[in-house]
Amino acid sequence: MSAAIASETRAGGVGAPLPRLDGRSKTAGAARYVADEPVAGVVHAVLVPSPIARGRIVRLDRRAAVAAPGVLLVLTHENAPKLRRMRTFSRGGAALQAKPPLADDRIDYAGQPIALVVAETPQQARYAASLLVADYAEEPPRAVFDAAGPVVAPRAVMGDAPDHRRGDPNGALAGAEVRIERTYTTPFEHHNPIEPLTTTAVWEADGSLTVYESTQGASMTRLGVAQALGLPARKVRVVSRFVGGGFGCKGWYGGHVTLAAVAARKLGRPVKLPLTRAQMYTSVGYRPATIQRVALGANGDGTLTALIHHNASGGSSIGEWPEASTRFSKHAYAVPNFESRERIAALDLSVPSSMRAPGEAPGSFALESAMDELAVALGIDPIALRLRNDAAVDPDSGRPWTGRRLRECYELGAERFGWDRRSPTPRSMRDGRELVGWGTATAFFPSVTFPATAKARIHADGRVVVESAAADLGTGTLTIMTQIAADALGLPPERVAFELGDSRLSFTFPAGGSSMARSLGPAVRTASRAALRKVVDLAVRDRASLLLGAKPGEIEATDGALVVRGNPSRRDTLAAVLARAGTPHVEASGRYGFGAAAALMGPMMLGPRLGGALRKAISPLAAPHALGEFGAQFVEVRVDPDFGTVRVTRALGVFDVGTVLNPVTARSQAIGGIAWGIGMALLEKTDVHPALGKIASPNLSGYLLPSHADVPDVDALFLDQPDPAANPLGARGVGEIGIVGVAAAIANAVHHATGIRVRDLPITPDKLLG
Amino acid sequence: MHPFAYDRPNDLDAAIAAVAADPAASFVAGGTELLNWMKDGIRRPSLLIDLGGLSLAGIDETAGGGLRVGAMARMRDVAADPVVRARYPVLAEALLAGASPQVRNLATIGGNLLQRTRCPYFRETSFPCNKREPGSGCAARTGPHHLHAIFGASDACIAVHPSDLAVALLALDAVVVVRGRAGERRIPLDGFYLLPGDAPERETVLEHGEAIVAVELPAAPFAARSRYLKVRERASFAFALVSVAAALEMEDGVVRSARIALGSVAAKPWRAREAEEILVGRRLDGEAAAAAGRAAVAGAEPLPDTAYKVKLAERAVTRVLAEIGGWE
Repeated sequence: MSAAIASETRAGGVGAPLPRLDGRSKTAGAARYVADEPVAGVVHAVLVPSPIARGRIVRLDRRAAVAAPGVLLVLTHENAPKLRRMRTFSRGGAALQAKPPLADDRIDYAGQPIALVVAETPQQARYAASLLVADYAEEPPRAVFDAAGPVVAPRAVMGDAPDHRRGDPNGALAGAEVRIERTYTTPFEHHNPIEPLTTTAVWEADGSLTVYESTQGASMTRLGVAQALGLPARKVRVVSRFVGGGFGCKGWYGGHVTLAAVAARKLGRPVKLPLTRAQMYTSVGYRPATIQRVALGANGDGTLTALIHHNASGGSSIGEWPEASTRFSKHAYAVPNFESRERIAALDLSVPSSMRAPGEAPGSFALESAMDELAVALGIDPIALRLRNDAAVDPDSGRPWTGRRLRECYELGAERFGWDRRSPTPRSMRDGRELVGWGTATAFFPSVTFPATAKARIHADGRVVVESAAADLGTGTLTIMTQIAADALGLPPERVAFELGDSRLSFTFPAGGSSMARSLGPAVRTASRAALRKVVDLAVRDRASLLLGAKPGEIEATDGALVVRGNPSRRDTLAAVLARAGTPHVEASGRYGFGAAAALMGPMMLGPRLGGALRKAISPLAAPHALGEFGAQFVEVRVDPDFGTVRVTRALGVFDVGTVLNPVTARSQAIGGIAWGIGMALLEKTDVHPALGKIASPNLSGYLLPSHADVPDVDALFLDQPDPAANPLGARGVGEIGIVGVAAAIANAVHHATGIRVRDLPITPDKLLG
Repeated sequence: MHPFAYDRPNDLDAAIAAVAADPAASFVAGGTELLNWMKDGIRRPSLLIDLGGLSLAGIDETAGGGLRVGAMARMRDVAADPVVRARYPVLAEALLAGASPQVRNLATIGGNLLQRTRCPYFRETSFPCNKREPGSGCAARTGPHHLHAIFGASDACIAVHPSDLAVALLALDAVVVVRGRAGERRIPLDGFYLLPGDAPERETVLEHGEAIVAVELPAAPFAARSRYLKVRERASFAFALVSVAAALEMEDGVVRSARIALGSVAAKPWRAREAEEILVGRRLDGEAAAAAGRAAVAGAEPLPDTAYKVKLAERAVTRVLAEIGGWE
């Protein structure tokens, strides 16, 4: 069949720089985000957060709140229905924490909801919430994460065991000609999507429930809602047409959704529950702080002989999320002797979650800083050191990569950046008063394939609709899926409508792990081709068609018509074929990623021992290759030597991601990731008060994100070489790779500029004052 | 949000009377601060009296050759005013270093002076804070406090004042003109703010019911040779770690008079008189600038997390003098 479909790159097709199809509606304010959904008769809820981090509620006085104007419901642990425990991430589920909200009088973290107040207006709800009186028996919280504190081994780390070893790392380290042993630390960070979460729950007369919720995956949120409320999934619909940024924090099921639904059921009216910006700091996870010990052993020529990477991440007492920082080191370089260890601290904080390049972002800061330190110790160029240790096959599994063009990334990047003009001695490059530094680092992210399904419908009136319950987090999913479908159908993209963001559409996993394009893209193509084939089959049997009797393999689709290759007179249109057949539309579905998903999700659900065995058993079928994205980051900084202020003045990332489906949206992902890396390196940090266990600045005033002035003219280049072993589109992921390595490249550039090695992020002026 | 009443009178004395009559009433100008306090539960006024209906936005030259800037003049307009730019450059620079264009379009000169600390424990109401809730304690003392004071702190409070504008005004010998039921008072900027002592909730000498109506800038001989320097973590839209406003009167390369004020180091803009004295009568060169920098921080009393600010303040004073001297 594939031969039947024209696949040359056409205007707006795969690979074309088609501008974002939803860009106009978003910039004009016409896009309807979740909080904008008009819902008749809706009433308004607020969560009331606990001001203490640990202890019990000894008295809750609801009377004044209940009596306040417009108040309809004040739900606390004393009058809330008993809710179900949820299956959590570490057990293969979708929830951040097992314990449901308002379960009892126990306070496990500051910001934990102690009540839900519902009123006719949002102002009335907020006012009534301020009248709630709660007395607590406080206990001193455990909120300080430091190297001296207790840590435990997590149950699993992304489905793997927390301890991993190959070869004899300690022996090799002891015998190494050169050793680097350092500790690197990264802080507690938050996602801060510009759109905070808002949930609107609407019960229908037949007992079904519609939830408007900003989510990275409507299908998964639907399963979460169903589990939380004990409903069959078919009774639940989740709608999330637009997502104002997710970055991982909208990928998991949170208890606020349950509360909105419970309140709506109790009141018999739709309930809208927005989370405040401050509540976004305690409700949807965060990137936990890490303390990472890296030991490198190398020969005098820079060949790595040992790599030991131990990570501890600060977590929660009520849910497990290890920030898998050692995974980067497991695959980055060809080193025979390797050891990784992941530990977590159980603190009185809310549960962490995935945040852009979870694991790889902090892990690459540690390893790529250490590699720079090794290069300095050896007097070797940092790029040469990395290429000396480039891994022709995945060093951990021994499997060949579907493709790994790290060398080309470095070579192209070095040429574009002008790396040969770098004087290697620290403090040797200046621009007036300012110290100039150039740094580099490797980027790697092992993107995943998730189960995805899509449907394509070709209508007799000429319309073509392709759909999936996918999410577009601002990444460009809508645009590139339209391009993929248009190519497969031989149509210009404006003739294809792609629908997403509704759990009634075809089941698809959440957008995460840079999975969406590479998982859903093949499913969309399969569905589109299958639908087209149905029209072809009708045409070749249609006595009124000029295509009667043609071989399907000879027929091409172009511009809404079917044509016999080499014989343009034998032609018919899709619409005409369907009209004559008396068929209002044909429909076909496509799926992708189910085998790989079993390999991924199985171990998560079964735990590392049984799951590992399962993965091993199915891996020859599911994953003959190792797969990931690669890149080289280049950064120039200018440092004011008096003030220690660091400004990034140039940044360049060169990435190997396979086929670039759309250079505009891919570039946007990459430069966005680099901007994130600038924030991570220089600004972002969530402070927790050590004695009170509370976040000091849960807002965009105190938590510094890069402003435009902090982000220079960032450039991103793609090798754009199809990777046919990766999947039918030849595409890997682009969502996370952009941030990986940026913080290390900046730290390395700061060292090059100043001679000061900062191993603790962010690199703030106080660390460079000397 | 708590219910409140709102009025926008056309008469200044009526506005003052309305606020004076109700201890929980408040004036509102641009609203970029007050509305946040109300949303966050930091303040719960019963009545808002909007000063926007009065004619308080003028920028006028005074008989003495100075400038009178109305309290309701917007940050944007003052920063762009040609007289301000020519005669009081430090003022324009400080205004442009503050906030974002959107905020500067709304925020007023009077409101800017009455903004309150960015101490996170003041802003986040579930923390104890003596400034917000007298007697509740100070979370900054026991928590991360790298943004806090190196001068003038007390056991009760270690917060700093965040205004860039106030620092520039201090270096310009500005006078705050306030009006209450008893009439008008003229308060030198240096006497306008209070150190926390044991009453950090009281931040200025303004009495309840008094409104800032204008800021007057005298025709000072040092005003035209003035600069503002702001050191911050983020390149834009961030409060200062440390800032410096400096204004020098020079004759043949020798300093005749000087004003040096530091920002974000104390609960008020901090006048560095010792640094000024060192400069007067001296040729402005690298050595003089370095000596002034050292003198500016001689009396600093840093906290555990703010020791770096001492170095930063010293170097910022030295740098701004170098910029004025023209060798940077």
